[in-house]
Amino acid sequence: MIRTKLTRDSFHVFQANARNALKQSEQVPSVLICAGTGCIAGGAMKIYDNIREECEKRGLTVYVGLKHDTDEEKSLHVKMSGCHGFCEMGPLVHIEPMGIMYIHVKPEDCREIIEKTVLGGEVIDRLVYHLDGVAYPRQEDIPFYKKQHRVVLENCGRSDAEDIEEYIAKGGYAGFEKALFEMTGEEICKTITDSGLRGRGGGGFPAGRKWEGARKQKAEKKYVVCNGDEGDPGAFMDRSIMEGNPHSVLEGMMIAGLAVGSDEGYIYVRAEYPLAVSRLKAAIAKAEEYGLLGERIMGTGFSFRIHVNMGAGAFVCGEGSALTASIEGNRGMPRVKPPRTIEHGLWSEPTVLNNVETFANVPLIVRNGVDWYHTIGTRTSPGTKAFALTGNVVNTGLIEVPMGTTIREVVFDIGGGIRNGKKFKAVQIGGPSGGATTASQEHLDLPLDFDSLKSIGAMIGSGGLVVMDEDTCMVETARFFMEFTQKESCGKCVPCREGTKRMLEILDRIVKNQGTMEDLDLLEELADTISSTALCGLGQSACKPVQSTLKYFREEYLAHVVDHHCPICNREKPHPVIDAEKCKGCGKCRKNCPMEAISGAVKQVHTIDPEKCINCGACVGNCPFGAITASKEG
Amino acid sequence: MSNELTRASEIIESYGCDQSNLIAIMQEIQAEYKYLSEEALTLVAEKLGVSAAKVYSVATFYENFSLEAKGKYIIKVCAGTACHVRKSGPIYDAIHDYLGLTGKKKTSADGLFTLETVACLGACGLAPVMTIDGEVHAKMTPETALALLEDIRKKEAAAV
Repeated sequence: MIRTKLTRDSFHVFQANARNALKQSEQVPSVLICAGTGCIAGGAMKIYDNIREECEKRGLTVYVGLKHDTDEEKSLHVKMSGCHGFCEMGPLVHIEPMGIMYIHVKPEDCREIIEKTVLGGEVIDRLVYHLDGVAYPRQEDIPFYKKQHRVVLENCGRSDAEDIEEYIAKGGYAGFEKALFEMTGEEICKTITDSGLRGRGGGGFPAGRKWEGARKQKAEKKYVVCNGDEGDPGAFMDRSIMEGNPHSVLEGMMIAGLAVGSDEGYIYVRAEYPLAVSRLKAAIAKAEEYGLLGERIMGTGFSFRIHVNMGAGAFVCGEGSALTASIEGNRGMPRVKPPRTIEHGLWSEPTVLNNVETFANVPLIVRNGVDWYHTIGTRTSPGTKAFALTGNVVNTGLIEVPMGTTIREVVFDIGGGIRNGKKFKAVQIGGPSGGATTASQEHLDLPLDFDSLKSIGAMIGSGGLVVMDEDTCMVETARFFMEFTQKESCGKCVPCREGTKRMLEILDRIVKNQGTMEDLDLLEELADTISSTALCGLGQSACKPVQSTLKYFREEYLAHVVDHHCPICNREKPHPVIDAEKCKGCGKCRKNCPMEAISGAVKQVHTIDPEKCINCGACVGNCPFGAITASKEG
Repeated sequence: MSNELTRASEIIESYGCDQSNLIAIMQEIQAEYKYLSEEALTLVAEKLGVSAAKVYSVATFYENFSLEAKGKYIIKVCAGTACHVRKSGPIYDAIHDYLGLTGKKKTSADGLFTLETVACLGACGLAPVMTIDGEVHAKMTPETALALLEDIRKKEAAAV
């Protein structure tokens, strides 16, 4: 269908109609099936098909898009929405206007959902979230959601991700329209600066200052680049925004284009996010169809195009200059700065590069104003932050809280505490570039904002929060992150290429209980050198997990180095047992056991006392008859 | 040019032989052939008018590109943080043993499976996860993972 491109007037008409249609739609029941990656893996597509099928069987006709006056009377909406966030409980199905949320829905539950809930208004208790014996049929009452403040993610999980009309009905593109007709580039930059919006990708650099810097550059061509290379393992906020509310990212980039005087944008998405790529491409096609993207938008002189580029699996491409190199079709290696990206970015032109979540905040700020934005969050870090809450916590998922919310609130109130009644030990914030916080009162009450975290050597990073319980060895965790960064090091600068390799070797040694006290000093020295000399952010922050665990969990390093025995690592190790048939009673194992855990008389079968055994393995290697083997049952 | 490369040639032309699309071109060729052969890379270099060394350097930089033929089914075990703390390591080890892989070998002797790790699929709420040909399998254990592979082997054996 060829659509007439929107002008400002026809946009207003379209907007009014869309709002009206949204209001009407809200009178009709809606079944929203979460179609985020997590729920799709749990079978959401099959649920969607079954719901549609159940409707057909009953002669219920389903709206495609919003409800309009001209539509014949249909019965309900069935939509695929963005991520609802409560991934742990997926697949999720949400029923409006009752506000009911069903968890762990199976394809065979669909008949009952249509019959009882949609048509009968009855709640199916079996599918409702229960906690401590209390049922929570309504999403807004569930403790996981109660403490959250959803601004950027508000429409994820509430809207049909691919429906541009619904996006516009909920205020979408109004910010862009305002910026296009009522604001100069300078005014837009000032608004963003005044809002205090800071880059959500890690560093927390003020977005307005970046934009103003790029605006002032004198160049024919400028670029707007969106960093969707969410490489931090354990983070999926950006993925959820791109999948669940792709238009908000486009709108943010368009406003940036207006602000700095650019007519072309790129979104760089990880190859591991195929759904995000397809949703973004569909959203771009829709926006072009309506004339919101393309040549001479809404009849003005402003033109803007957006391309989607797929990464190819390199963590370092999350770094600005590496990302632009990758878009250009080169090896994704960072370069020395300055010049900065705003002066010398994509194809050597001035470039504004922000993260997905940052761009998604922009339309809200332009639309609702600076004062509104400052009502959320803290003074120096206004607004909200989306976090991916994962690890050994009861409720994993995608959350959004005002900046300044404490770790305690996130882990215990929203996250529901630690799984299986274990004790809370640490939160790793910011993935392989971040640090760990401890279970101390001071850390638990630490507000999550850019500056507070920096003060303890951690960082918000992209927003991955991995919760660890008492069974997690922090030395092993530090080794895990070092292995990751070492593997992802691009090899351009020596400190990162060689330094991370040596650090990993030392950590490997320590984990195997073969380290020495000198190794700890060497680790610290290497960490200091690498952080101050590496070329890019990846290298500079690669040592943070080691530095912060050395600082806050030194006793675990000492357990490995001094006692040669880590109670946590050994807990899962197989216990050695002596095969009574093979044992000749030579006593060699008994003499070699550092814990005196082996007993037995000469020429009699020996036994190992599991209470005393620390799984050091000395006996296994020493037995001349091969009678001792490691066995899990021991 | 051999017949096998006709499709590769079409792909390169669909991008207008533009070298800034090098990564996208190689991604599409790999999706078609499952790996990047030496012939395909040479063709890319010729058509884009860049040196073979440049194409090779980009192909070897990124994790997703493979210069070796892969198995029919590609298994990826997530090694992201969330999966790691929920014990994805034993799943990888179990599959590794099951497929009889040793050293740097990633593809099983029967050419059916290739085992890889992936940094993070972003499905952390479902940890530990693995994918088989892109389809995500949630909350895996070594036992359920092996059962999936066993099913595929049976299906393949029945198809012969």
